[in-house]
Amino acid sequence: MRKISLSTRQSISGFLLSSPSSILLLMLYIVPMLCLFLLAFTDYEMGNVVIKWVGLANFYQISKDPVFQRSLWNTLIYVAMVVPISIMGGLLIALLVHARTKTRSFYEVVYFLPVTSTLIAMATVWQFLLHPKLGPINSILKILGIPAQNFLGDPMLMIATLAAIGVWQLIGFNMILFLTGLSSIPKEIYEAAAIDGVTNPIDRFFKVTLPMLGPTTIFVLVTSSITGFKVFDTVAVLTQGRNQSEVLLYDIYLEGFTYSKMGYASVLTLVFLLIIIGLSAWQALHMDKKVHYA
Amino acid sequence: MRFQQALSIDSVFKYFGDVQVLDSVCLDVHPGEFISLVGPSGCGKSTLLRIIAGLEKQDSGSVSIGGSSVDELLPKERDVAMVFQNYALYPHMTVQQNISLPLEMSRLSWLQRIPLVGNFFYKAKQIKTSIAQDVLEICKSLQLENFLIRKPSQLSGGQRQRVALARAMIRNPAVFLMDEPLSNLDAKLRVHLRNELVELHKRLKATFVYVTHDQSEAMTMSDRIAVMDSGKILQIGTPNALYSKPSSIKVATFIGTPQINLFELTNAGNGSFFWGITETPITHQKKSAATLALRPEHLIVESHRLSECDVQSSADIVRIEEHGSETLIHMTLVGFANEIFVSRIPSYGHRDSYSQGEHINVGFKLDTALFFDANGIRLD
Repeated sequence: MRKISLSTRQSISGFLLSSPSSILLLMLYIVPMLCLFLLAFTDYEMGNVVIKWVGLANFYQISKDPVFQRSLWNTLIYVAMVVPISIMGGLLIALLVHARTKTRSFYEVVYFLPVTSTLIAMATVWQFLLHPKLGPINSILKILGIPAQNFLGDPMLMIATLAAIGVWQLIGFNMILFLTGLSSIPKEIYEAAAIDGVTNPIDRFFKVTLPMLGPTTIFVLVTSSITGFKVFDTVAVLTQGRNQSEVLLYDIYLEGFTYSKMGYASVLTLVFLLIIIGLSAWQALHMDKKVHYA
Repeated sequence: MRFQQALSIDSVFKYFGDVQVLDSVCLDVHPGEFISLVGPSGCGKSTLLRIIAGLEKQDSGSVSIGGSSVDELLPKERDVAMVFQNYALYPHMTVQQNISLPLEMSRLSWLQRIPLVGNFFYKAKQIKTSIAQDVLEICKSLQLENFLIRKPSQLSGGQRQRVALARAMIRNPAVFLMDEPLSNLDAKLRVHLRNELVELHKRLKATFVYVTHDQSEAMTMSDRIAVMDSGKILQIGTPNALYSKPSSIKVATFIGTPQINLFELTNAGNGSFFWGITETPITHQKKSAATLALRPEHLIVESHRLSECDVQSSADIVRIEEHGSETLIHMTLVGFANEIFVSRIPSYGHRDSYSQGEHINVGFKLDTALFFDANGIRLD
């Protein structure tokens, strides 16, 4: 028998040892994405026996599809509202909660509850709260002298209403992340700042706290954006996309599973993936730079 | 008129919950003095420093700086600067920004401090230029001018420490407070920076209060040392006074390496004692003496010096420790079972040779011995 060299033997065992995770990675992520990419060039419809290669036709179609453009626009507006409000709100609440000593864990739990609850179930509660005639929110508006609003029916209000629910769900999660960030700022930095004359809370926030939270903020920004782009369940349950309130994932769901046009849905999914991958890549680049201590 | 102290601490008490951290601490620091607070960890020295800085509030007693009480003043109003053990530099700021921050806070109004827009307010640009000049000057004096645009993470430990010093110096404070500033550095750099700090103190003529757990650091740098234990100041004095005339056993054992040799005297109270194999009791004036203490250099083993000794006994060498310039001989003494005593002898010149397990004669001169009573207080 021929003798196998040490380096060959080492690389064989290397491949063998890494094979379980490599195979899983391949089967669970790479192959499906490849399938998706290939499907995007076909007219595949669920249940069809024949698949026809249509080249770039699907890509051409999204440039003319008003529903897709509207859903993309709606998603962007949604993200533009949810991300800044949930980040600034989360930071503000984190700052307030961080200063508590005895009641801190109570507030943490309260603000974190929406994160743990199923949105489908909570959506029913929201539907009741926002009901145009019976909802308590409209009753309050009436007391204040503001006419009742159809929050989940008025095209002008629907995305904003969905965004408000999105903020409600996300703000507690962001608060927890910021709390962790706040706890990791060394106490000595604040003491040095106190001696250096950084005394009032606003100076302290802008000179010390906010810059020290830099890495946390980038992480929160990216995770919030991804969560924002992934908005689906509130739309599916509360508006079903009526009155032009479709969002990206809901459009994909409609095309793929309601109209069975898998080929076209694949193109839309590619667009969605591109956005998510772009955000993750941006985060990966910035997280490395923003680390303060080597 | 009373001589005005740079820093005066008057019967300060401090509790953390039920735990007493400082117990009636009084301390006067003269202007321009380098004073060290030393003691084992948990003795309250850092808390005392933080009370002086205003980072912690005492439960009673008062602190005065430059003759006036600072008890009601914020840290920034006390005219003190502090150097922290882990430097506490702002990691997101460059060296220049770190050092200029105290000046920006004191010389610029909040309007002038607004980024970009601030420059349009009254004289903001002029003030900022003067700050930059001051920063550059300080940096030059500490050889930091090549690191101005670096972040702290890009600096070595010694450089970070110098940035922390620069940030303290820039405000030209009356009192510098230093909380174990050298303890995060390696041994060689520590000794080097010790000298730099002493030089700096001479140059600035400012008052330094220096906290350390390292007695040799305190001994080599300070004008005076305050030895603390369990929240109390045990003794304040010059390094020499603490070494040769410690007020108590605690001070005697804390100051000096290797530790002072302690001999329990069995027949305390009658003005005479037996030491090792001495047959006739040795008489002395200190009637209440319970412990006799000898610095290692006063425990004599060299045969040609034994004749000078008032008291002699025999010992067995346990271990010989060579230090280059000096040799430490660890030994057990007849009559003091299981206890190890150390003698320090010079390694140079004519020297007897010693070996482990050897039976030797040891002795000491009575006037080099320190006597302590049953409470550990030194008898004069």
